[in-house]
Amino acid sequence: MTKKMEVEVAGVRFKNPLIAASGTFGYGREYEKFYSLSNLGGISVKGTTDTPRMGNLSPRIAETPMGMLNSVGLENPGIDHFIEHELPWLMQKNTTIIANIAAGTEDLYAKIAQKLDKTNIHMVELNISCPNVKQGGAAFGTSAKAAFDVVSRVRKKTKKPLMVKLSPNVTSIAEIAKAVESAGADAVSLINTLLGMRIDIKTRRPILKNNVGGLSGPAIFPIAVRMVWQVRKAVKIPVVGGGGISSAEDAIEMMVAGACAFQIGTAIFTNPYSPLDILSGIEAWMDDNNIQDINEIVGTVEDW
Amino acid sequence: MFKTTARIIKKDLLQRGIYSFVLECDLIAKAAKPGQFVNIFIEGFTLRRPISICEIFENSFRIVFSVVGKGTSKMAKWDVGKNVDVVGPLGNGFKKIDSNEKLLIVGGGIGTPPLLELAKRARSARVIIGFKTKDLVILEQDFLKHGETIVCTDDGTYSQKGLVTKFLLESIKSDDFTRIAACGPKPMLKEISKIAKNFKIFCEISMEERMACGVGACLGCQCIIYKEGKKQSAHVCKDGPVFKAQEVFL
Repeated sequence: MTKKMEVEVAGVRFKNPLIAASGTFGYGREYEKFYSLSNLGGISVKGTTDTPRMGNLSPRIAETPMGMLNSVGLENPGIDHFIEHELPWLMQKNTTIIANIAAGTEDLYAKIAQKLDKTNIHMVELNISCPNVKQGGAAFGTSAKAAFDVVSRVRKKTKKPLMVKLSPNVTSIAEIAKAVESAGADAVSLINTLLGMRIDIKTRRPILKNNVGGLSGPAIFPIAVRMVWQVRKAVKIPVVGGGGISSAEDAIEMMVAGACAFQIGTAIFTNPYSPLDILSGIEAWMDDNNIQDINEIVGTVEDW
Repeated sequence: MFKTTARIIKKDLLQRGIYSFVLECDLIAKAAKPGQFVNIFIEGFTLRRPISICEIFENSFRIVFSVVGKGTSKMAKWDVGKNVDVVGPLGNGFKKIDSNEKLLIVGGGIGTPPLLELAKRARSARVIIGFKTKDLVILEQDFLKHGETIVCTDDGTYSQKGLVTKFLLESIKSDDFTRIAACGPKPMLKEISKIAKNFKIFCEISMEERMACGVGACLGCQCIIYKEGKKQSAHVCKDGPVFKAQEVFL
């Protein structure tokens, strides 16, 4: 029997709960060479800023135990290019499209959001958590007051469903989640990468030219589960969970912790087909456990 | 590009810490061009290892790699019969060779392997390959099979003493070469690029950078290029690894 995989986040329909995480999937063109993008529940596009950005200098990638660091630094062609050249193509792909936007000031966030409001994009994800650049919004994501202010400002400029991507580099992620909820966010997604560092002991130089970068991959999965579990209890708006998911079991665990949909990223680098493998793994698990609708499992963890 | 399984059918130790595998894989062998690379999965590691294609056969291809860390040391333990998870062929290879071109093919150290297939296909070429020292010399016989080959070492412990650029300059001055293809450490590429510019010879270089996705999505392997007089961002995995020397900011 066919299972119900469809989920809804803040009124936005996703044909299944799997969303390609921002920054790991570009604007979708590269992975379409492997499979149809219509297999995915949604795509959160590369973090896009007001004007084009070259990003940080290379090396931008360092491997870590069960994960990786990146310091790409929001390299992107800018919002106008995105709206004109990428979005029309993406909107034909029969999947839900989320614009991930980043900026260094409230004004710029508002300006980008206003531009997107005039498009047919399904959802906006406000990146207030890029750890790699000052203009990436991390300053907004690590203070409840700043997060509240920027979300309130953007809220006034867009009627699009607004999801806010939270930083794990904070003392209490639940506090930030509450702040963005009260500012009018329709959903939260978490977690962005954790700030990390690797040093080459031969040269005694950091591997990344930016010195530090964002940690992702299976290493951060338990942190993401814990934070989703905490945030789910703190807010009423939907929670989209992500961070180190690399198997169907991980995705199910994330949903049981409280995520109504999940994002995968680094796993796609390890295996470009991991989105498809994870989805078929979830369906097989639902079969084995006699679950008809994936929404049944969301937040079903019973705490001790 | 494909994600597929390739079986190791031949394994050789070329020098201490430098291995050669021939991998049976019809899909990649049929699609691959000289200068492209494959991205190899290693159990227990998050990132694949991007490794250039050294030779292309009817239904197999060859890679040569040096053990530099935990991932490549695990690969070095793989044996004939092992099925390897490979994504490829990836990136842009060298420009197709015109029949009237006279090539200078210049390789340095572990940058030498990606040039072998190009050398095989060139009707008229001189190969210059350089290594730090005798214990690091690889592929000499392979290149010799396909044409004139100069081997040099920085310390003179094997064959001729000197840097590849010395022999490159001599070659350019003594003969009318029309094209250069190079791969090796950045300082070497920088120097070769300068020489090519001075003598107005078309030159391509194959670049290396730390990568994650290997297909152009994550933007991890940026290099800076000049196009139409403007600084632009390019990515080694998708726009390269082979670039026109005059376009890359080294």
